[in-house]
Amino acid sequence: MNNVRKDHLLATLAKGVRYDGRSFQEYRPISIEYKISSKSAEGSARVKIGKTEVVAGVKLEIGEPYPDTPNEGTLMVNVELLPLSSPEFESGPPGIDAMELSRVVDRVLREGEALDFEKLCIESGKKMWIVIVDIYPINDDGNLFDAAALAALAALRDTHFPAVADEKVHYGKLTTTKLPLKHLPLSCTIVKTGDAFLADPSRVEREFEDARLTVGVLKDNMICALQKGGDAGLTPEEIHHMIALAQEKTQELRRLFP
Amino acid sequence: MGLFVQDKDIVVPGQELAEGMDYLPSGDVIREKDKLISIKVGTVSINNRFVKVIPLAGKYTPKREDLVIGEVVNIGFSGWRIDFGWAFEGNVSLKDAVAEFVEKSADLTKYYNLGDWVLTQIVHVAGGGKIIDLSMRGPSVRKLGPGRLVRVTPSKVPRIIGKQGSMITLIKDSTNCKIFVGQNGYVWITGEKPEQELLASEAIAKIEAESHISGLTDRMKVFFEEKGITRKE
Repeated sequence: MNNVRKDHLLATLAKGVRYDGRSFQEYRPISIEYKISSKSAEGSARVKIGKTEVVAGVKLEIGEPYPDTPNEGTLMVNVELLPLSSPEFESGPPGIDAMELSRVVDRVLREGEALDFEKLCIESGKKMWIVIVDIYPINDDGNLFDAAALAALAALRDTHFPAVADEKVHYGKLTTTKLPLKHLPLSCTIVKTGDAFLADPSRVEREFEDARLTVGVLKDNMICALQKGGDAGLTPEEIHHMIALAQEKTQELRRLFP
Repeated sequence: MGLFVQDKDIVVPGQELAEGMDYLPSGDVIREKDKLISIKVGTVSINNRFVKVIPLAGKYTPKREDLVIGEVVNIGFSGWRIDFGWAFEGNVSLKDAVAEFVEKSADLTKYYNLGDWVLTQIVHVAGGGKIIDLSMRGPSVRKLGPGRLVRVTPSKVPRIIGKQGSMITLIKDSTNCKIFVGQNGYVWITGEKPEQELLASEAIAKIEAESHISGLTDRMKVFFEEKGITRKE
């Protein structure tokens, strides 16, 4: 099957130009807004990368710790791809894309130790805090992976514990205690289209991607998560190159969280 | 009695636009008893007795004789199926696409293959839009070569073309690109240099964002002048 649109995209990239005029490793403007839903969530944030927009909310619940980790709290990440955000998304149970997105964000946060899980334990083996992050894309103009991870992280940073009295959580009342955060893992997605490596892929670049690598990076350039997608294979050299790019870009993204 | 709104006012669904029988409802306006009511978010356009609402955004509804841009998504025994952004695919039958005699078992991919993009014309709409017949015969229709696709809101298409094609001519002359605009809001840009295509797509995005504010043509001229483009006359 021929594809005149992909051929044209590759020809344009071969001349060193992206469809929206950015350089290959340039992000679109990023903005982060906190406390967008201070009444219903314990923490929330809205992240925009260009026209891509994602909101995330954090809810806290008290539950019983898992038997294998009696001294730790836990984290749950959910993504629902709203049909209003893209013509590609359908309503109904989460599809493979929603599952991949939520699991990649979960892995970046969990393996990057964004939360200090031990401090989320209230009583060993009896009570712990469950941190639930709900992520909703409002508009998909590409790079939902990075936008979702940024939104989740921003919402966690915004989260305050609700008041607890008589073994009950009083959700309307927030205390001044913030969620115990440990590290700041950031995610950066690089796609390979033809011979070009692109940071912050737009929707059309995602549509025609050959391979994609999402890298979770900590402050000291330590890698905490990797997820490869797309049909084409990558050579070890290409993977090293993409990881190096991601490390460089996450240093820039880190300035969003002073 | 009379009009409640002025030309180019922004209105919302359910808003009363006029009262009495002096005015007649037109596009996206309905009459309820003796009142005219808008059914879309958009700007009012008053032409003599006709009151019309031009929606700020919305989906495309196929109309006969519209030129649309679409992708070949299926090949049958005697024709092609085209996806042009409507809920149902359009059908191009062999007789509307090829002038020469075609053998019964011929390979139709040599005329139009899967993944090809075409500028085509709607010749027939039936069954509430379920059955759409398209034609590849006519002065403007063609198979599209390599190019980039830009999607705009279909209600903005008349503004991108402009009066007697003035706006699209301005963009074509300033950017040196070939530009095809489908009524379905699909715009196909082909230029010699990617930078020129980028400029054309930026111009189209600017028109889409600002078309409800008057003085657009002048602002577009300024836009190109600021980019250092002098038009070839």
